[in-house]
Amino acid sequence: MPVVDLAACSKRDLNAALHALPADTNETHWRVENPAGQHSLAAGLDAPVTVEIAGHAGYYCAGMNQQATVIVEGNAGVGVAENMMSGMVHVKGDASQSAGATAHGGLLVIDGNASARCGISMKGIDIVVKGSIGPMSAFMAQAGNLVVLGDAGDALGDSIYETRIYVRGSVRSLGADCIEKEMRPEHRQDLQRLLDAAGIADVSADEFRRYGSARKLYNFHVDNAGAY
Amino acid sequence: MCGIVGLFLKDSSLEPRLGGLLAGMLEVMTDRGPDSAGFAVYGAGGKDHVKLTVRGSELDGIAGALGVEAVRRDTHLVLSLPLAEEDRVRGWLATQRPDLVVTGAGQRIELYKEVGLPADVAGRFGLPAMSGTHGIGHTRMATESAVTTDGAHPFSTGKDQCLVHNGSLSNHRSLRRLLEPQGIAFSTDNDSEVAAGYLTWRMRQGASLAEALEASLDDLDGFFTFVVGTENGFAVLRDPISCKPAVMAETERYVAFGSEYRALVGLPGIEDARVFEPEPAHVYAWERN
Repeated sequence: MPVVDLAACSKRDLNAALHALPADTNETHWRVENPAGQHSLAAGLDAPVTVEIAGHAGYYCAGMNQQATVIVEGNAGVGVAENMMSGMVHVKGDASQSAGATAHGGLLVIDGNASARCGISMKGIDIVVKGSIGPMSAFMAQAGNLVVLGDAGDALGDSIYETRIYVRGSVRSLGADCIEKEMRPEHRQDLQRLLDAAGIADVSADEFRRYGSARKLYNFHVDNAGAY
Repeated sequence: MCGIVGLFLKDSSLEPRLGGLLAGMLEVMTDRGPDSAGFAVYGAGGKDHVKLTVRGSELDGIAGALGVEAVRRDTHLVLSLPLAEEDRVRGWLATQRPDLVVTGAGQRIELYKEVGLPADVAGRFGLPAMSGTHGIGHTRMATESAVTTDGAHPFSTGKDQCLVHNGSLSNHRSLRRLLEPQGIAFSTDNDSEVAAGYLTWRMRQGASLAEALEASLDDLDGFFTFVVGTENGFAVLRDPISCKPAVMAETERYVAFGSEYRALVGLPGIEDARVFEPEPAHVYAWERN
């Protein structure tokens, strides 16, 4: 197992080594020591490998990820897994703002809390947060699932297009065009799939409420003409 | 951009290391602000004394002419004098040396700022060797005005008060027009100085630091993360949409603030600190007994 000590070598060297991995590499398990909150760690990966980051990560950790599994054994800064396409990112601590922003695919699991704008403009990613999420989460969300075991802050799902949002705790307020929706069997089933994928065994899909788009902002409504 | 840092010690055995720790934090924030840097340190001082930090050139001979104690650090001179002498000294400075700027005044505050890389600025003023109970710092990336020392933070508009700001305020002109008739004086056109003046005004009216910050949420319009120091206090506030980054760490020995976690990596015991992101529109304040 390659161990990269960032106290001894640069982040660029680490990322270059990870980017150079062929699809059939045998070096499938990497460990990164002394990350010290550096930015862009393990960003832009495109190989089926696992990278463990032994501490706190800075901005854009595992951004643009494809195929890889990136595990942060601490907190992650702004934009963890932003624009992820596939693979999995697991943050064992808290995540800062804009976790999973604009991401098209893959699974982001956050064991702690995520702060503001979690899943902003998400486009297909599945995000599971075991703690709570901050204000303006799922802002302009377009596709995917956001599962929150704790509470959600103000303006959840503001200007949402699509995306299913499941919250087990309280929602401080809903944003424009975001409404509570009925939990039908297919939603329970899909939520159970997400809980299973995140390795959550002791929580039932029945404990969640579902939120999503009222689809009233898709088109300009002539009655609103006076507002402009 | 810009980077801000702050360190508030609970454990007095760390006081001799305050400057060294703060210098390390500032240097890491060079990426966020390479143009200029500044910091305020709350060091030694007494109730009946006042320290005036004066910035300018040709500083030799001032202490002698005034008959007060002084410590020269590069482009800054810290005058220490009995409180009863303050009016006389300020009057002398205003008439004899109008070219000088008083950057900070109070029982314990010393405030330094200069153009240059943060590590160079800290080194020129000897920050690594300073001791104190708390301090705040700023690294500036000038985006909307010139790289000048006047534009560097911290700003101090009241005794032992100072503020660093990451962000920009949009109603600073109108606030300035409200504050100036109330006796709040500004020495630059900077929006952050208006935020400092606003807090000074609130506290002059009797508000605590936390109450002043609470009120600022209604009265300030714009983006901000503030770190504020007073003689015995330390506080952090972010705007309601948390536009600018902030990370905090708390242990039994200190409370630390950084624009990014990287700035906190060199602090003692950071591995076991409670690291958290301050919530938007929530006042975090600590006071020394």
